[in-house]
Amino acid sequence: MRNSKLTSLEEAIRRSGLQDGMTISFHHHFRGGDKVVNLVVDKLAEMGFKNLHLAASSLSDVHAPLIEHIRNGVITRISTSGLRGELANAISHGLMKEPVVFRSHGGRGSAIASGELAIDVAFLGASACDELGNACGVPRSENAKSICGSLGYALPDARYARHVVVLTDDLVPYPNLPAGIRGADVESVVVVDSVGDSSKISAGAIRDSKNPRDILLAKQAANVVIHSGYFQDGFSIQTGTGGASLAVVKYIREQMIKDGIKASFALGGITAHMVKLHEEGLIGRLIDVQSFDKVAAQSIAEDPSHVEVSSVEYASGQHLGSATHALDIVILSALEVDTDFNVNVLVGSDGIIRGAIGGHQDTAADSALSIIVCPLLRGRIPCVVPKVTTLITPGKSVDVVVTEYGIAVNPARPEIAERLREAGLKIVDIKDLAAKATSIIGTPDPLPFGERVVGVVMNRDGQKLDEIHIIQ
Amino acid sequence: MERLRRTMMFVPGNNPGMMADAHIYGPDSIMLDLEDSVTMAEKDAARLLVHNALKSIDYGDTEMVVRINPLNTPYGRKDVEAVVKAGVDVIRMPKTETAEEVRELEAEIVKVEEELGCVGRTQIMAAIESALGIVNAYAIATASKRMMGIALGAEDYSANLKTQRTPGGAELLLAREQIVVAARAAGIACFDTVYSNLDDMDTFRKEVELIKTLGFDGKSIINPRQIEVVNEVFAPTEKEIMKARTIIAAIREAQAKGSGVISVHGKMVDRPVVIRAERTIALAVASGILAKEEML
Repeated sequence: MRNSKLTSLEEAIRRSGLQDGMTISFHHHFRGGDKVVNLVVDKLAEMGFKNLHLAASSLSDVHAPLIEHIRNGVITRISTSGLRGELANAISHGLMKEPVVFRSHGGRGSAIASGELAIDVAFLGASACDELGNACGVPRSENAKSICGSLGYALPDARYARHVVVLTDDLVPYPNLPAGIRGADVESVVVVDSVGDSSKISAGAIRDSKNPRDILLAKQAANVVIHSGYFQDGFSIQTGTGGASLAVVKYIREQMIKDGIKASFALGGITAHMVKLHEEGLIGRLIDVQSFDKVAAQSIAEDPSHVEVSSVEYASGQHLGSATHALDIVILSALEVDTDFNVNVLVGSDGIIRGAIGGHQDTAADSALSIIVCPLLRGRIPCVVPKVTTLITPGKSVDVVVTEYGIAVNPARPEIAERLREAGLKIVDIKDLAAKATSIIGTPDPLPFGERVVGVVMNRDGQKLDEIHIIQ
Repeated sequence: MERLRRTMMFVPGNNPGMMADAHIYGPDSIMLDLEDSVTMAEKDAARLLVHNALKSIDYGDTEMVVRINPLNTPYGRKDVEAVVKAGVDVIRMPKTETAEEVRELEAEIVKVEEELGCVGRTQIMAAIESALGIVNAYAIATASKRMMGIALGAEDYSANLKTQRTPGGAELLLAREQIVVAARAAGIACFDTVYSNLDDMDTFRKEVELIKTLGFDGKSIINPRQIEVVNEVFAPTEKEIMKARTIIAAIREAQAKGSGVISVHGKMVDRPVVIRAERTIALAVASGILAKEEML
């Protein structure tokens, strides 16, 4: 092909004009199975680059090798939605001089679109790509080695980055269309052995639970949905990734069938549960920024009413067309909720970063009803507390908190409290929940935070929301 | 009104995580176990845990039962002392075969209660797990004023009969009926044995339907997931609730008139009918069919 963009990784990097101090970006659609970040940063280190800003849509356990690259000065700044594992632990303990900047998925999309987060070179893994750079997350040939489904978080990078390199483990003949990443946006195509281990896209955060407490929480959350006033024909819904918030779908499904109610769309990270409801005719469309398991990834490949959207179209606060503005109900999890309904999903009770903002801020703010499902206690750790360790989602966005000891409704939403009470649900004051937690396990010692700031939490509107301090 | 005892949930006495929040699932009774689920090496630690759980965890309205080790083991008497001091509602005696054993336990309880100055506080229930126990069921049920109920323990019982458990439960038929009849004759509660296959909720439901028909107050359960099924089976039908409400309304009317005779649709209502109506309403409230305000 005359205009082939095919080249080696090293040559693609050279062609990109990347220099020390610039910003590189990645997506995390392969979650724990991602191979692109480590492969590319290893190569950049080998080529002698220093002082780079790594802007990933998220980072997880698999990215522990970045620790060495940070120590050697290859990476000096990070922007991400989340951090987990050894890398998160090291950063919490002061590995980096510059604080990590945390943004929600919608916040990241907006920041890229506005130029606030300017990307010099995007390195985007794809399960299929042709020589002109048309790339997607689903298999397009018999030789396909991977599948991740939606490439929603990579689409703003592809569109707005100064230079785009697609890495693929299956080069297919032109035209690889339709494709989320359009060849017109792509400068180089690099074939690699593997962009990711698809078996790990549902590892980590996503569990299907037989735990009786998760089931109890899920049933209560489903009851909240059903009696909230928003459970009507044509409603829309999104669920997060905790075991309980996924199990809610199962119970909502039963009620939908019983009452003859159908949803117009499900949004967000799409799971096998949602695909099943869609295939049963209970959900009209699936709007998918991220496929949470192989079933969802397969579905987006085959089903025209299962649609890939970018993180901007998904959850940008600045773009009024984004899907969260049309969302009725979102069910989310939390590490901590405080008595002002503020939520922390990022920093653990030990002061160590162990999570991701994800779409939490975005969906809680824009949806008509946001439900947080969170046990009162995780072992000896209180999850309803007087004040969250780190503020991620402001309490004004949070309507209902479901715990195993009762349901708390934000005083700003008295009509919802009234509807739930009428349905016979146990409504409690959130301050009583926090007091209950204290009565059972006492007041934990304050965390040994130091002065240095290791992370900055941005609100989705681009304002700074909170700081994460070094843990000693 | 008599307490509802549809579900008695077994919780191992050496598992603090499960003990801490067993009540949030809404069992009518919780049985903290010091016997079979605790190995010999952990008997003392479990006793201490159970003692402290009873003293420090707010279990709300849930009835708290502890299954102690038999008195003829080195642990039984220590168990009695620890749980009575912690204020347990009911002590469950395992493998009960004779009325004499119940009286022996009572004497142990009295000793501790006298020391505390609360004689008569602790109730007893007896698990019957052998052919001899079944033969003596009525004597056991009436062995003490403290008797709250009797329960069938089917594993040991079927081994003792030289048979094994079957899905239909034919081997348990006599024992189940004997326990219900003995309990009713003694005016106390009766509980069916556990069903341990958590993956087979259909057979579990059938078993619950069977024991409800036989007359049991409830079932021993081993997992919170079983609670919903038991409560569903024990929930009264709309027709039963309507009938019960008519009877209760008639009682009120009779009371208002100062009349001792209650009649519904011209028929005189006997005391047992009233008791059944009250139980139906209580079950309807507990099952969430009626609001609490509607309970008379």
